[in-house]
Amino acid sequence: MLYYLLRRIFYTIPIALGVSLVVFTLVHLAPGDPLSAVVGELDARMLAEMRASFGYDKPLYIQYFVWLGSVATGDLGYSMRSGAPVLGILTDAAANTMAIGVLASALGFSAGILAGMFSGYNHGTWLDKTVSSAAIAGVSMPHYWLAIILVIVFSVQFGWLPAMGFGSESSVFSWNTLRHMILPVLALAAIPCAVVARTTRACVMEILSMEFVEALRARGLSERRILWHVTRNALPVVLAVMGLQFAHLLGGSILVETVFSWPGTGYLLNLAIFDRDMPVLQGTILLLSMFFVFTNLVVDILQSWADPRVSRN
Amino acid sequence: MNPSEGARITVELGVPAGPPAAVEVPVGPGVQRTYWQTVGERLAHDPVTLACGFILLLMVAAAVFAPWLGLPDPYHSNSAIRLLPIGSPGHLLGTDELGRDMLSRLIYGGRLSLAMGIIPVLNALAVGGTLGLVAGFSGGRVNMLIMRVTDVFYAFPSILLAVAIAGSLGAGVANALLAITIVFIPQITRVTESVTTQIRAMDFVEAARASGAGAFAIIRTHILGNVLGPVLVYATVLVSVSIVISAGLSFIGLGASPPAAEWGLMLNTLRDSIFLAPAISLLPGCMIFIASMCFNLISDGLRGAMDVRL
Repeated sequence: MLYYLLRRIFYTIPIALGVSLVVFTLVHLAPGDPLSAVVGELDARMLAEMRASFGYDKPLYIQYFVWLGSVATGDLGYSMRSGAPVLGILTDAAANTMAIGVLASALGFSAGILAGMFSGYNHGTWLDKTVSSAAIAGVSMPHYWLAIILVIVFSVQFGWLPAMGFGSESSVFSWNTLRHMILPVLALAAIPCAVVARTTRACVMEILSMEFVEALRARGLSERRILWHVTRNALPVVLAVMGLQFAHLLGGSILVETVFSWPGTGYLLNLAIFDRDMPVLQGTILLLSMFFVFTNLVVDILQSWADPRVSRN
Repeated sequence: MNPSEGARITVELGVPAGPPAAVEVPVGPGVQRTYWQTVGERLAHDPVTLACGFILLLMVAAAVFAPWLGLPDPYHSNSAIRLLPIGSPGHLLGTDELGRDMLSRLIYGGRLSLAMGIIPVLNALAVGGTLGLVAGFSGGRVNMLIMRVTDVFYAFPSILLAVAIAGSLGAGVANALLAITIVFIPQITRVTESVTTQIRAMDFVEAARASGAGAFAIIRTHILGNVLGPVLVYATVLVSVSIVISAGLSFIGLGASPPAAEWGLMLNTLRDSIFLAPAISLLPGCMIFIASMCFNLISDGLRGAMDVRL
């Protein structure tokens, strides 16, 4: 177990380095000088000075190591637009994305697990068919479209909830802010809910068809005790899918945040792309992908805890 | 969005295809069928898959033959007839915010939107499929190298990677296609590698090698036929994801640009009209949803018919 843990953690290092290299390269794929978009028509000497101050005059591989070094010390550079430190901008945005991401996951996962369990237990009934169809619709749903549908229904038709923005209060935990969070959370929860429901259903069906369930029944266990065994066996797989879905939700929130103008990482990314604000773009992608790498690690560790067979291989 | 990410990829190899591994499935007395005949037979009795195939065929045919359908010009704007409701005479599905015919734009939009869904997957199949075959078949260091690089790209959430690449390269259909292709290559590589590695360890490959068959001959006659099923099922899911992501890129301004008829872009430009014409502003999303769902359901059907577990 310990050996597995150490190996898994060690394996994350080259992946994280690779990811950082990809993020760095990506931004330098951009056509033209990242500065020229911001500076515009300036004389050559000033441009050269600015390039030097951002370190853009050095060879690329040196720039990479310099950048990696400063990232390691928590310095992500300064926004080309506002001049504010990227780290500060990013932590504010990440907190906002986390807020809707965590709520959406909690909602989507619990609904998905319940629906999946129910559907798997009542396999073949019309209720199971309804749940399965809803789940496949949810998986195929363009979530930005769902976001617009929610706005039309709840903001335009009924006028119950605000269509966009964050509310005026600075705290996330105010009623007004919560009201602004409801629609983005619903839009984000749909896909994780559907994916988890499908996985749970398949898992429960597979486990119920195994011989040990028959044996448990033969030994006279109550259905509730059997349900516990089924849950215990489905846990590792469902756990893995939930972890990935959570990370995907945070990384993919750009579309939903754009619809609702929710000031999270996705919205920040969108602004940075169209402003060609390279330090912010780089920082945001790096943070989100590193979070993804980290979640994968945590999921694998949790999975090996929930299912000891994983670490034995 | 990512139905099989993280799941272990296993394949049912009960009925391998291709000679001499082709174990024909006896169905009834005296009737012998090949694997693909069995698959076709099963699909023919699957109404959901057939219906989805029919809808998609209709969508593709309408998109391809759009200029000959007698539709109004999808780019002709007329401010006098902005946002006509659905069912207006001459404009069956109404008009958009610039007075352009919606039906015509939705059908023409299928050209770009469906192409942007299918082309990245085909490209990724060519590149990722080859990489996966090479990695799986060679094993050892080559496998190590290819799969570790794949792991790095796999360590990004798909939408984030697509947005990051398209955003860095700049807006445009070609850049969006490239971005989505890069997102899918590692996914296809993984599936192909996993299946190839499993097949390579089977006795009939060993037998072929012992009888002197070369690497290419083995890949062509034994591996390809067996890899095809699982990869096809996976690729069909990816098309459904690809349609949603590529329209999403256009939706945030990173794919097609105005005045192009493209579902994601149309959904975006109609966002300002949700107060005046909510039904019309939802139509492009409806098309994305239907196309994506059909590919998902077809993938489910294929998975069942081919007995593939992904």
